[in-house]
Amino acid sequence: MTADQIIFLLCAALILGSALMVVITRKLIHAALWLVAALFGVAILFAILQAGFLAVVQVVVYIGAIAILFIFAVMLTRREMLDNGAQTRSNWWLPALLGFLILAGLVFLIIGQPAFGQSAAEMPTGVDTLRNLGIALVSPDAYVLPFEVASILLLAALVGAVYVASGNKE
Amino acid sequence: MSIPLSWFLILAAALFSIGLFGVLSRKNAIAILLGVELMLNAVNINLVAFWRYQDPAKMAGQVFAIIVFAVAAAEVAVGLALIISVYRSRKTVVADEIDLMKW
Amino acid sequence: MIFLNDPIGFIAGWIRSLLTGWGLSSGLVTVIIYFIGITVLIIFAMVLDILLVWVERKVVARFQDRLGPNRIGPFGLIQPFADIIKLIIKEDITPTGADKILYNLGPVLAIASVIILWAILPISSKIFGVDLNVAVLYLVAAGALGTLSIIVGGWASNNKYALLGAFRMVANMVSYEIPMVVVLLIPTILANSMSVQGITQAQRGMWFAILSPLGLIVFLISAIAELGRSPFDLNEAESEIVAGFHIEYTGMKFGLFYAGELLHAFTFGGFIAVLFFGGYGGFFGLETVGFFSWLNNPFIQVVVFLAKAMFGYWVIMWIKYSMPRIRIDHMLTFNWKFLTPLALVVLVNTAVLSKVLAGLPNWGYVLGMFFSNIVIGYITVEILRSYGRKQRKAEATLSPQRAQN
Repeated sequence: MTADQIIFLLCAALILGSALMVVITRKLIHAALWLVAALFGVAILFAILQAGFLAVVQVVVYIGAIAILFIFAVMLTRREMLDNGAQTRSNWWLPALLGFLILAGLVFLIIGQPAFGQSAAEMPTGVDTLRNLGIALVSPDAYVLPFEVASILLLAALVGAVYVASGNKE
Repeated sequence: MSIPLSWFLILAAALFSIGLFGVLSRKNAIAILLGVELMLNAVNINLVAFWRYQDPAKMAGQVFAIIVFAVAAAEVAVGLALIISVYRSRKTVVADEIDLMKW
Repeated sequence: MIFLNDPIGFIAGWIRSLLTGWGLSSGLVTVIIYFIGITVLIIFAMVLDILLVWVERKVVARFQDRLGPNRIGPFGLIQPFADIIKLIIKEDITPTGADKILYNLGPVLAIASVIILWAILPISSKIFGVDLNVAVLYLVAAGALGTLSIIVGGWASNNKYALLGAFRMVANMVSYEIPMVVVLLIPTILANSMSVQGITQAQRGMWFAILSPLGLIVFLISAIAELGRSPFDLNEAESEIVAGFHIEYTGMKFGLFYAGELLHAFTFGGFIAVLFFGGYGGFFGLETVGFFSWLNNPFIQVVVFLAKAMFGYWVIMWIKYSMPRIRIDHMLTFNWKFLTPLALVVLVNTAVLSKVLAGLPNWGYVLGMFFSNIVIGYITVEILRSYGRKQRKAEATLSPQRAQN
């Protein structure tokens, strides 16, 4: 069991434990904070995979913006400070069974592929992933078109969210 | 790095199914969105793991992951704005009670 | 490698030889050395924090034309220790209905979000935590964690005023992250690298403060807003919402918030020094001259860096103790209608000119960038003046009596 594998197992325990707490806990504000822990675990995973830029962007975008949006939305939509009653539907065993079946199916498919069982090759030296990522995002024969479409999508979402949340003043 | 690729994929599959359970079994609309976020993160883990293990010199995996970040941020912003707007009119965020098209 | 030229390498090599001599495996020795390094860095940051309490109180006293603490110890140097002892022996109250785990997590997250910044601060060319190639973005990520700590602290106090203070503070911090991210791209473009070591090395010829003074000003303003210091200190608005999100925190928990804020201010002073004032080097090429080659010594570089960081911190304190507080709606309007467009204009200007003027000799390049910033600043001031004139005219026509007074 090498050091890499120990770190990966700890990180996986953090992610899966926090994700389970997100979907099980009663108080919604705790669920939002467990989501922050799960997202932080995913950022650590990106760092293990040597995608450093994505790890930092994960913290900035998901934890710094999306998680804070969630916390604000939870605070703005509660009537009392308590969450009464059951938080899951009465037939929760059906989604649990479905989730378990999907997990079993996916694990069966993954284990069936021998190519996935190998460890990673060494990162090719001289490859500057940050620079390559920048070039790929703006180069015309790479991915500039999805990049621009994503920015238009964000602009539309920004305008739409501001309009919808501001309330129709009639 | 001595971690087999299958470990990352199984982790992503487990995260995806936990998110799916959250979406299908929670009553509160915001809790459903939390489950959707978990599923999107599982997809991101898959993309970046395949990028690293197949061909780190080409950036398709990372670019796709960045587009998923942007789409997730846009979706959360609009979704939460809608939930807040519905809460203002109907005073509830329980998904079962938001069942009329027009009132 | 002798000690004077490469202190960390020397000490790490010595510890490694000692521990492998005791029979530990190489991987475990590496982990132990990393942990020792982290502990030493954190101890250094926290001891510096104690000194900063003294500096803050002396400087604010001088700005207010008084002496400051001068009874305990020579020049009041033991005063911070008296403060710490007072905070530790105070009663630790948890309000009823507060969420215990979150209540205790708030101050921890607040101080953690500051200390993780010390991992990338380049104290010298050989003494630093880690040389990340995305260090500039890491600065923004640490700010995001700070925002989270404020919400957790404000929510867990089970107090309306704490929650209101936390909301306003978070709206402030999230809004001012935008011009900060935009302006952080300016040293990145000028240095062709996001790593702080690369940015410091690129300022050997000319400081970025001279190449882009408007970038420095916008970064200073957004940094002060991120810190939550005056004139953006809504969370400490004593006359408005008592003490904001840290009303309910007593004793050492409040001490952690307070110390974290001071250390955060000093760390941002350090980042202003690194990003715009040349960091630990930057003597306009003086250190290449044979006589001044001792300026390349790591320890001299530490002294230079700390001096520049203290200067940045002093500027932040100067602004804090000279200006009144800004109202929340004015603050947000200032950000979205003035600072963000200005930051975008400065960024586009820097990006375009750095490529257009690349062919000119060095003095042409520097003068071109500097004067373009002056021109943008002049145009901005003219726009503000015409806007002010229009507002004054509108007010005069609305109420002629008021205009005559």
